[in-house]
Amino acid sequence: MAEYETHDYDVVVIGAGGAGLRAAIEASAMGVRTALVCKSLLGKAHTVMAEGGIAAAMGNVWKEDNWKVHFRDTMRGGKLLNNWRMAQVHAQEAPDRVLELEEWGALFDRTKDGLILQRDFGGHRYARLAHVGDRTGLEMIRTLQDHAVHRGIDVFMECTLYRLLTEDGAVSGAFGYWRQNGKLVLFRAKAIVLATGGVGKAWKITSNSWEYTGDGHGMALDAGADLIDMEMTQFHPTGMVWPTSVRGILVTEGVRGDGGTLRNNRDERFMFRYIPDFFRAETADTEDEADRWYVDKKNNRRTPDLLPRDEVARAINAEVKAGRGSPHGGVFLDIASRRSTDYIKRRLPSMYHQFIELADVDITKTPMEVGPTLHYIMGGVRVDADSAQSTLPGLFAAGEVAAGLHGANRLGGNSLSDLLVFGRRAGLYASEYAKRVSKMPRLDDRQVDAAASGMLAPFERSEGENPYAVHSDLTETMHELVGIIRTRAELEEALTRIRRLRERAERVGVKGSRIYNPGWHLALDLLTLLTVSEAVAMSALMRQESRGGHTRDDFPKPDPEWGKKNVVVRRRDGHLVLRPEPLPEVPAELRPLLGEDKSSGKPAFEPVAAASAKE
Amino acid sequence: MADVRMKVWRGDATGGAFVDFTVPADEGMVVLDVVHRIQAAHAPDLAVRWNCKAGKCGSCSAEINGHPRLMCMTRMNTFEPGEEITVSPVKTFPVVKDLVTDVSFNYEKAKTIPAFRPKPKEADGTRRMFQEDIDRVQEFHKCIECFLCQDVCHVIRDHEENKPSFSGPRYFVRLAALEMHPLDTNDRIDLARAKHGLGYCNITKCCTDVCPEDIHITDNAIIPLKERIVTRTYDPIAWALRRMRGKPAEAGVGEPEPPSA
Repeated sequence: MAEYETHDYDVVVIGAGGAGLRAAIEASAMGVRTALVCKSLLGKAHTVMAEGGIAAAMGNVWKEDNWKVHFRDTMRGGKLLNNWRMAQVHAQEAPDRVLELEEWGALFDRTKDGLILQRDFGGHRYARLAHVGDRTGLEMIRTLQDHAVHRGIDVFMECTLYRLLTEDGAVSGAFGYWRQNGKLVLFRAKAIVLATGGVGKAWKITSNSWEYTGDGHGMALDAGADLIDMEMTQFHPTGMVWPTSVRGILVTEGVRGDGGTLRNNRDERFMFRYIPDFFRAETADTEDEADRWYVDKKNNRRTPDLLPRDEVARAINAEVKAGRGSPHGGVFLDIASRRSTDYIKRRLPSMYHQFIELADVDITKTPMEVGPTLHYIMGGVRVDADSAQSTLPGLFAAGEVAAGLHGANRLGGNSLSDLLVFGRRAGLYASEYAKRVSKMPRLDDRQVDAAASGMLAPFERSEGENPYAVHSDLTETMHELVGIIRTRAELEEALTRIRRLRERAERVGVKGSRIYNPGWHLALDLLTLLTVSEAVAMSALMRQESRGGHTRDDFPKPDPEWGKKNVVVRRRDGHLVLRPEPLPEVPAELRPLLGEDKSSGKPAFEPVAAASAKE
Repeated sequence: MADVRMKVWRGDATGGAFVDFTVPADEGMVVLDVVHRIQAAHAPDLAVRWNCKAGKCGSCSAEINGHPRLMCMTRMNTFEPGEEITVSPVKTFPVVKDLVTDVSFNYEKAKTIPAFRPKPKEADGTRRMFQEDIDRVQEFHKCIECFLCQDVCHVIRDHEENKPSFSGPRYFVRLAALEMHPLDTNDRIDLARAKHGLGYCNITKCCTDVCPEDIHITDNAIIPLKERIVTRTYDPIAWALRRMRGKPAEAGVGEPEPPSA
C-alpha cells in the first residue's frame, strides 16, 4: 500500500482561479475549515489571462442597462440552450460581485464621473464590461488572491488532485500528488468544490494553458456525477495565427469592442455578409451604421464584428476556406486605421505589447492576423442553478467546469462574472452542506489504493511510449475531427482514434523520479483528456443539429426539438452513457424578455455556419 | 529550418550542470518553445514552470545567458546565429529541480503586508475615483509576480542573511500600491521601514531594468515610499500634525522620536 499524507477539512476547493478563490473566500467567511488546492502557484491560474472584462449590468455607461437585458443577451447568445435560472441569477448578482471586488482593492478603469467604466463586447446590447485596460483577469485574480491570503485560508500550491472519493453515495475526499516532490496526498472533506476550469489541451490550437486538462470534468464523471452539453465548445474567433509558435494565443474581443474591424484579403468587412436572421433586427447592415453605433447606441444597431463568438468564428472559417484569408491562414483584424495610436496603447496595452514582442507587429500601424482558437467549453458538470451542487451530494462546481449558464455559446465577459457569482454560491452552499454533515466521512481504503496504484503505474513502464507523443496525436485528432465544423463520419473516426489512443496512453512510460516530473504529470493528465475528448465527441455525435458552439455539416440547421434538450453524459459500469434529457423550461414571466416567439413554428435562427462552410 | 542548440541547467538542490540539447527550429520561436521541444523529444522529466505563454502570468522566469527574463517573451531571433544560449534557474531562490525553484519566500512576505482597508462609501453609496488619481496605482497592479525583480535584487541575491528582514522590490510595489490607493486607510509607512527593509535598497534600479511589465519600480514605487518614510521619521512638522490628528502608528512598531529642534 502506497504512503500518503492526510488532511481533514470541511470544504476543499480544487482550483484557484477566479471561481476557486471566490468559493474559498466565501467558505472561509462562513466559518468552516477551508482548503484551497491548486496545480500552479497561487495567482497563475487561467483567469489571469482574461483580458476584456467582467459583464455586469451596472448601468454606469448606459443607464438603460439592467439585469433583464443582460439575461436576454446571455440567453440569446447561448441559443436558448442555457439554464434560465442560472442566467437570471448571474445577471442579477453580477453587479454586486464587481462592486465587492472594488471593496477588496480592485481598481477598474473609470468613467468621467468617477464610476466603473464599462466597454462594449460581442453579444452585449450595452457597454457592460467592467475592465482594467486589457488585463482585467490579472486585476481580478490578484484582488481575490490578496483577499484570500489575508483571510488566512490554507493554500496547497502545486498540488494536483486526480480522483474523487465517495462514501454512501456522497463525496468524501480527493486524492492526488504534490508536484514538487511527487508524494501522494489525501484530502478528507465533507464537501468539495470543483473549480478546475476547462479542457483546451485536448486541441492543437488553443488559447488555454497546460492546466486545462479537464480534471474536474473527468473526476466528476468518474465519481458518478452528470455532465451536460459537452459538445458545446467555443472557438474564440480571434487567436494569433502567426508566428507558428504562438498560434492560438488570444487576441481580446476588446479590440473589436474598441473599434477594430475584421477584413479579408480583398479588404472587405466580410462580417456584413454573415448576419444570421436571429440577430438581424439588432445588427447594423451598413458600414456607416456600424461605425456610428460606437458613439450612438440609441439610433444605430451593433456592428456585426461584435456578433457572438460562434457566429464570428464560423464566418472567419468560411472566409479562409473560400481563399479570402490572410497570408498565414487567418483574416485581418484592423484597429490601426480606425483608432489613434494613443487610444490603442491606452485601451489595449497588453495586445500592443504581445504583438510587438511575439510577432514584430505594431498594431497601431498594421492589421493583426487572427483566426479561431479553442477557448472555452460551455459544457461540464450539471449543477443545481441556485446552489451549484452537482448530481453527486457534497460535490459542487463553479466556473468553466460547471455547465448551464452559457448554453450553446458563451458571451465574452460572462465568464469572469460567472466565476464570481457561482464561485461565491458554490462556496456558500458547500459550507452549508458541510455544516449539516455531522462527522468526517469514512474513507474507503480500496478506492485510495486503486487511485494510488493507478497514479504510480507509469513508473513501472519506464520503457513505454513517450506521453508527449500520445498527447500530440490526441490534439491532432481533436483539431482535425472535432473542430468548428463537424460531421458524423469524422466524429466516428475521432472516437475510433480516441479509443486507440487510450490503449497507447495506458502503456506510456515515465523516466526519472517523482520530483517535479512533467512527463509523469502528462501521463496522468492524458487519461483525463481522453475521457473528456470521448465525452465531447460522443455528445457531438448525438446532437443532430447545429447550434452555438456545435456545428454539424450534415445537420446544418437548428432543430427546435433538440433546442429543448441537453445531452447528458454519465459513467456507468465503466462506460460513458449518453442520453438527451429535457432542458428546464423558461417560466412564462421571463419568456417575453427573450424577444422572440418560438410558437411561430419557424426556427428561431438560421446560422450561417454550414452553408457558408461549403463555399 | 535549421536546428537550435541550447544549454539547459539540470539538477537539484544538491547540484547540477548544463546539458546540451539540439532540437528543430521553427518560425518565431521563443526560449520556452525550445524548452518544450526538449521536454517532448529528449527529456520528459525536465522541470519547468509555465502557464500562459504570453507574458501575462509570470510563471516561466529563468536566467537566460545570465539575464533574468521570462522564457515565453524571449524570442530566439534575438540571439546571434551560432550564439551559445544558456538557460538556468533564477539564482535568488533555492532550486527544486532543473528550472524550477522554491519561491515560497515571496508568498510568505505577501502575508505580512497589512490588508487593504477602504474608507466609507460616498453618501450616495458609490465609490468615486478619477482615472488620473488611479493611473499610478494601476501601473503597480500590472505586476505579474514573475519575481524577476526579486531575483536580480542584490540585497538578497547574494545575501541569504538579509531575507528575513527584506521583502524585496515586488513587495515595495505592493506597499506603494496600497499606500497610494485612493480608498485605503491603513498605514504601512513605518512597517515599510521597520519590517520590510526598504532602507536596504540603494536604488540601483536593477529591478526596474528586468521588469517585463515595464513598471518603474524604483522611480514610482520605491523612491516615493522612501520619501514618505523620511517625512514621517524626520520631519518635525509632519510629526506634530500627526500627533494632533491622532493617527496612530502601526501596532508593534515603535514611533520614532522627532529630532530636537
